[in-house]
Amino acid sequence: MNSGDTVKITYREAMREAIREAMHRDSRVFLMGEDVGHYGGCFAVSKGLLEEFGPERIRDTPLSENGFVGAGIGAAMGGMRPIVEVMTVNFSLLALDQILNNAATLLHMSGGLFNVPLVIRMATGAGKQLAAQHAHSLEGWYAHIPGIKVLTPATLEDARGMLWTALEDPDPVIIFENNTLYNMEGELPAAAGPVDIEHARITRPGSDVTVITYSASLFKALNAAETLAKDGIEAEVIDLRTLRPLDDGTYLSSITKTHRAVIVDEGWRTGSISAEISARIMENVFYELDAPVERICSAEVPIPYAKHMEQAAIPQAESIVKTIKRMVSVNG
Amino acid sequence: MPEPEMAVEKIEREQGIRLLKMMVLIRRFEDKSAELYSATKIRGFLHLYNGEEAVAVGVMESLRPEDNVVATYREHGQALARGVDAGSIMAEMYGKQEGCCRGRGGSMHLFDYDTRFYGGNAIVGGGLPLAVGLALADRMQGRQRVTCCFFGDGGAAEGAFHESMNLAALWKLPVFFVCENNLYAMGTRINFAHAVTDLARKACSYDIASASVDGMDVLAVESAAKEAAGFVRAGEGPYFLECRTYRFRAHSMFDAELYRTKEEVEQWKRRDPIEGLAVRMRAQGLLGDSDIEQIEREVADIVDRSVAFAEAGTWEPVEELTRFVYSDRKSV
Repeated sequence: MNSGDTVKITYREAMREAIREAMHRDSRVFLMGEDVGHYGGCFAVSKGLLEEFGPERIRDTPLSENGFVGAGIGAAMGGMRPIVEVMTVNFSLLALDQILNNAATLLHMSGGLFNVPLVIRMATGAGKQLAAQHAHSLEGWYAHIPGIKVLTPATLEDARGMLWTALEDPDPVIIFENNTLYNMEGELPAAAGPVDIEHARITRPGSDVTVITYSASLFKALNAAETLAKDGIEAEVIDLRTLRPLDDGTYLSSITKTHRAVIVDEGWRTGSISAEISARIMENVFYELDAPVERICSAEVPIPYAKHMEQAAIPQAESIVKTIKRMVSVNG
Repeated sequence: MPEPEMAVEKIEREQGIRLLKMMVLIRRFEDKSAELYSATKIRGFLHLYNGEEAVAVGVMESLRPEDNVVATYREHGQALARGVDAGSIMAEMYGKQEGCCRGRGGSMHLFDYDTRFYGGNAIVGGGLPLAVGLALADRMQGRQRVTCCFFGDGGAAEGAFHESMNLAALWKLPVFFVCENNLYAMGTRINFAHAVTDLARKACSYDIASASVDGMDVLAVESAAKEAAGFVRAGEGPYFLECRTYRFRAHSMFDAELYRTKEEVEQWKRRDPIEGLAVRMRAQGLLGDSDIEQIEREVADIVDRSVAFAEAGTWEPVEELTRFVYSDRKSV
């Protein structure tokens, strides 16, 4: 593809373009959340949108997470297509009642009468020295809940394309945006648009080990794969993209080729999405494995402020390399 | 306990009979539900509305078919008064698939599409943000609907109450907040739970128009509700109506009522809303023994038919267990 077909864009701008496109495509779509309007978004995602669409559709809210997430659910049931922005995943705990007891539950509890076509966006993840009340990765928690879908766009293409697909979904979808990705810049096809949210993607093909990951950890896995390649170890890196429902087929069939699996997950290890994936590997392709499944997760501590401690708490390319080398040497 | 004078305004016979019949229907329906609970036909939590009938019946007089209703877990009365079919409610409590929610919700979670009845919400205060959102959707789509939201004195202590009142006032939304103050949050008397027990005063902090009304007097409730709904419908913003009422029966079927005296209950029963209306109609020569007999006969028929419908109902096939976790249809 020549350069005329692509545009230089950041993850933040890709998200903004996705919101803008959705607002133009469907008059039922509106954005609501803390500081989305006059401030331009806590992470500047919605900068300029208030001027373009006005305060009815770019709606600043008070600091009432439970209230405005619940209002988003009500508005969705009332025929709108709200995008509710919650500043960070830690703040979303204030709205957990509405997310779990209402958004995820109403369709089933009402015997199919009332669906909730709501999209919730929130920032997640460590790496910006925001400490223990702004930087956790609770995507796996949310993936525990039947009734919602959990998306973790890591790439520019997904930042640009997942939102519209989520808005077309009849049920609640939560989009987790890792805050270390907002400044990531790259080339995106000028005609980029909606993407599917059902399939994991093999980001880097390889034959020796399958690395299963999502969100910002994807890039650590890719870095690790480059390092390993110098030693002749070819890692296949899979970006899960969607944590609920999980696309089991993609990683399971990869493991039948590589016979080794490592899961890289910024969530805490205990009861994590990595634990779930590991269990599914045992249940489905146990006899394909040449080595035990390995997991690289965050340390089981609240995320600390100091940079060296914060970085020590979350998965890193070095630990991925080390783990894979050990697996390959023992069971090669 | 204050015993306000019942108003002596002229009652229209037809209207009076209608209100009386609906209140009697709710009373007999609830008594039958208690009986069926003892017979183990109904299980789970069962919260009965005896004593509070005037609130639901009076308030529904102010609503139009296109309006939305959001209620609590003590909502059989609201559902019946709103016009949800008694048979589908009873079948729901039996857990049968002919129930209004296919037996997925039970007593605490009645939903109905045609009457725009949005639950049946058993997280205290959890319905208020939904009401705000429904009203927001109406406003953004240019519909002149009222969203009527019931909750209790217990709900008025929740954060969701304050967040919702603030949002509704801030955005001047058409929400008709109906607080059913029956003096007890389960078994905790209002003075043990609220620093300000005059609940209508809470509306002042949000500059929401408010009133308190004798919730044992259906005509007073009807009149106050019509004024409130008219205000909301005219686009004047939300309205808060506190209905001072009392539940005659226990909180649920697991309640030894250790927190109140029999004398207190008996005193309130002397202000029975059904008796209160009947006495006034008799005094004006609008109601005779034959009318009461006819009401009781017609009500007994509705209740009997609801039980027969529930008895004849069928169990949803277990194969459908996971249906409605997500919508059957792909996109909206």
